[in-house]
Amino acid sequence: MATVKVSFTAVTAHVRTARLVALAVARRAGVAEEMLDEVRLAVGEACSRAVGVHSQLGGEHPVMMQLSDDRDRFSVEVVDRGTLDEDPAGVLADIDLHEVSSRALDDDIPETLPSGFGLAVISGLVEDLDVASDGASTRVTMVWPTTLRRGGI
Amino acid sequence: MDPDLSVAIRSEGDRTVVAVSGEIDVYTAPKLREHLIDLVSGGHYQLVVDLEGVDFLDSTGLGVLVGGLKRVRAHDGSLHLVCSQDRILKIFRITGLTKVFPIHASVTEALSADA
Repeated sequence: MATVKVSFTAVTAHVRTARLVALAVARRAGVAEEMLDEVRLAVGEACSRAVGVHSQLGGEHPVMMQLSDDRDRFSVEVVDRGTLDEDPAGVLADIDLHEVSSRALDDDIPETLPSGFGLAVISGLVEDLDVASDGASTRVTMVWPTTLRRGGI
Repeated sequence: MDPDLSVAIRSEGDRTVVAVSGEIDVYTAPKLREHLIDLVSGGHYQLVVDLEGVDFLDSTGLGVLVGGLKRVRAHDGSLHLVCSQDRILKIFRITGLTKVFPIHASVTEALSADA
């Protein structure tokens, strides 16, 4: 297994960097070209969420992203140090994107889309998704199949 | 000037075309939000947001577009989108926002649509 690890300060400007790194490693790992846009979007949503969690909590903890090329699968883990009360997996189970969207114009909904929306977008994109929270951190794991073998990362 | 996102605004009759290019993400979306707020504050309520030059759009960007739509609606205005790129349309489909925004394949088509 070949691995690339990225640790970045929780500021929004670095989310783009994380996306670019993930895209480059996914391409090298042999993820199909037509899936790369999904990788880019899903990784961006996961990192945006983590940055959002850290900025709400304050502190200096970096966001961790680990990219692994493991035979026929490419996996991305994004780990935050969130200790928010919300249960991300529960949020994911509860949110219905189409329902949220159809209510998007109601006056009682704030301008920004609800927390959990980004996570729900990931679930709409990535078939193999796992969200695990242990109270001290949340780990979002996304896996894509690889089709080409080009050796390790 | 942010190299990741640029916004060009022009008038087309009673419509205002907001041509966005670059990446709309958690970092750049606030800049687009400011432009939309400024337009509405300046009395521009018939907006066409051209996303043809955008090569990345995330849920934060969607939130800004929804916010813009709500602002113009408060003044009986409209916000039409121009987008023919499948990679960008995909996030509108996943989220069901295709039902919320009128989406056109070209600026010409958007301008000829009812406001």
